[in-house]
Amino acid sequence: MQFGLNESQELLKDGARKFFAGECPSAEMRRLMETDTAYDGALWAKLTDQGYTGIIFPEEYGGVGLGMVELMLLMEETGRALLPGPFFSTVVLAGSVLLAVSTPSQKKKYLEPICKGKVRATVALLEASASWNTDDLRISAANGKLSGEKLFVTDAAAADFLVVVARNGVFVVDSKARGLKISPLSGMDLTRRLYAVEFSDTPGEELGSIEALPRALDIATAAVSAELVGGMQRTLDITVEYAKTRKQFGKPIGMFQAVQHHCADMYLETESSRSAVYYAGWALEEKSPDAPTAVSIAKMYASDAARSVGNRGIQVHGGMGFTWENDLHLYYRRAKASETAFGDATFHRERIASLVIDSGSVSARTA
Amino acid sequence: MNLNLNAEESTFRDELRLWLASNVPKDWNMWSEKPIEESFAYLRAWQQKLHEGRWAAVSWPKEYGGRSATLMQQALFWEEMARVEAPPMANALGLGLIGPTIIAFGTEAQRKRFIPKILSAEEIWCQGFSEPNAGSDLAGLQMEAQLDGDHYVVNGQKVWTSYGWVGDWCELVVRTDTNAAKHKGLTVLLVNMKSQGLEVRPLRQMTGESEFSELFFRDVRVPVENILGKVNDGWNVAMSTLMYERGSYGARLHLTFRRYITRLIELARSIQRNGRPAAEDPVIRQKLAQCSAEIEIMRFNQMRAFSRVTATGAPGPEGSLQKIFWSELNQRLQQVAQELLGAYGQLLCGDPHAIDQGIWSYAYLRTRGNTIEAGTSEVQRNIIGHFVLGLPRSY
Repeated sequence: MQFGLNESQELLKDGARKFFAGECPSAEMRRLMETDTAYDGALWAKLTDQGYTGIIFPEEYGGVGLGMVELMLLMEETGRALLPGPFFSTVVLAGSVLLAVSTPSQKKKYLEPICKGKVRATVALLEASASWNTDDLRISAANGKLSGEKLFVTDAAAADFLVVVARNGVFVVDSKARGLKISPLSGMDLTRRLYAVEFSDTPGEELGSIEALPRALDIATAAVSAELVGGMQRTLDITVEYAKTRKQFGKPIGMFQAVQHHCADMYLETESSRSAVYYAGWALEEKSPDAPTAVSIAKMYASDAARSVGNRGIQVHGGMGFTWENDLHLYYRRAKASETAFGDATFHRERIASLVIDSGSVSARTA
Repeated sequence: MNLNLNAEESTFRDELRLWLASNVPKDWNMWSEKPIEESFAYLRAWQQKLHEGRWAAVSWPKEYGGRSATLMQQALFWEEMARVEAPPMANALGLGLIGPTIIAFGTEAQRKRFIPKILSAEEIWCQGFSEPNAGSDLAGLQMEAQLDGDHYVVNGQKVWTSYGWVGDWCELVVRTDTNAAKHKGLTVLLVNMKSQGLEVRPLRQMTGESEFSELFFRDVRVPVENILGKVNDGWNVAMSTLMYERGSYGARLHLTFRRYITRLIELARSIQRNGRPAAEDPVIRQKLAQCSAEIEIMRFNQMRAFSRVTATGAPGPEGSLQKIFWSELNQRLQQVAQELLGAYGQLLCGDPHAIDQGIWSYAYLRTRGNTIEAGTSEVQRNIIGHFVLGLPRSY
């Protein structure tokens, strides 16, 4: 039993960290954040060269065929860099849904271009109810056509096609399809754009039923939690650095226990989230029976922890933490958006309760 | 990353399971809150039995009666012990903390003299570290030992000594050089608890029982051959003991907590709240789910820490994270238990109306000690701030 990264996993993580530090440092992240869709063709080509766009997908579709733990490590680093643009929407979200629900020929048609870096995509799931429970969806396709409105769709304006979850199936809609209207929402997170997407008799190609969706959504949920871990780590690093250099009363503020204890709690919350995310990645990879519980534990804990780490980081910075110029608020904004994405802590506690209290299966892995 | 057992780990676990199946006592009640004094002879016998099967100290080197078990095998050992609800071992401190310190720092003669009787529970060990004026600031301890021929003469007081009431021997930290800097003038002595001038008084704690003792030393004579390690190097020796304390204890705790939460979920199905079982109440569900999730995270943190220690070879200051996590989680967990049990939560052990013989009221009070014993939460956060994050020392 070995709950640490192996050599190739360490290499992947280090490589990703160096890649994003070089290709998407804070200044570049801020530049992209100010553009219309935050998509950048040159950066995308480099992400593709690294194999990131095909990371978890089978080689027969042009993917790299790595596992879920590797995906968690990559997403930890995209979260740390606060990578703007449609990487999560395209690769993790649309890619996982396509892998789970579509036929082999549809995978060739839609998943392969994702792996090869040729297209951008997203998934349209939430509706006006803003419920993450697919039972609450209203939109149904009739004769292969969709009508109605989806909300909180990430990166829709950068997408070449949208994967639409309807009551009676999962559909692909081309971004130039008839009757499709995409309008931006003004969200708190400036690095991941949200859109309202309206369909009126818009044609879609059916991929499959929504029954295969839970695993794909679990992968996306764990990946968002991994991004949160990366964001927490960055917030902690920035804060510790500041506490070592900022002086008041003639001493570095990090010498005061009130400040040190904030930092210690940030460390505890970050590391504990990381343990939960790695375990979730492993459980997903092994298709372990406790994988849904493990994913909910990770998302529940990381959602609350990221907010707390952000609160403490800003507090330790004092006035500097409240400025636009400091990056902390950008991580804080992402943390809030990711907190609600795929269900907040309360949502996942209820899911844990239904898995643990109602069915009585605590942890399949506790020997 | 691979959380499946490897061949050696499976073999170890299977052998242990087989042994436990035919040896674990069937008459031990996990939920009984009978004072440990009443069952001590029973626990000694149980340890003796484990020792005969070479299971009393699996982490110890083979030549000293252990199995040179890896950290993962040690974790498996405690999981299996918990799974079959085995009784604890009588000589917990001797096996867990003091024996390993004697093996690491002791002379061959000391190892031969003390180790076998630690294993067999013939000699019970206690730890004389804290003093009335030296708690978190352990290095500031004042108990003095003056050399007189081939003996040290010890005077002063120790407090919070676990197993003091039953101890045969004590790992005692004393000041041997009053002129040196406070960390540099300490020495560890192995002291016979039957020595003349040594008085043991029970210390009654807020739960009403006396887990701990106070030790009073008046001209207690300790032969120089009972120095553990080098004179004035006691801080290193004592720190090594504390590392074992933080490193090994968490391994079995998640199982204790899991037992608590499983029982609470069971109780929630029968306790009524707002006209339906508490297990269906959304607020209670949230709280039980939170505790259950955190117990899992505690286990994940532990497994990660074990892997890191296995890779780097030494337990580090990350142990402070586990200490904060388990102690504060236990306090939250016991508060949830109180909310669930309502008025019944306050009933003490022995009350005929008490649920589960009153363990919940006891556990609730006992958890206040968790964030104080083995290094307060504040000290643990200082350790993380300075030794993990590299912030300047605050004291």
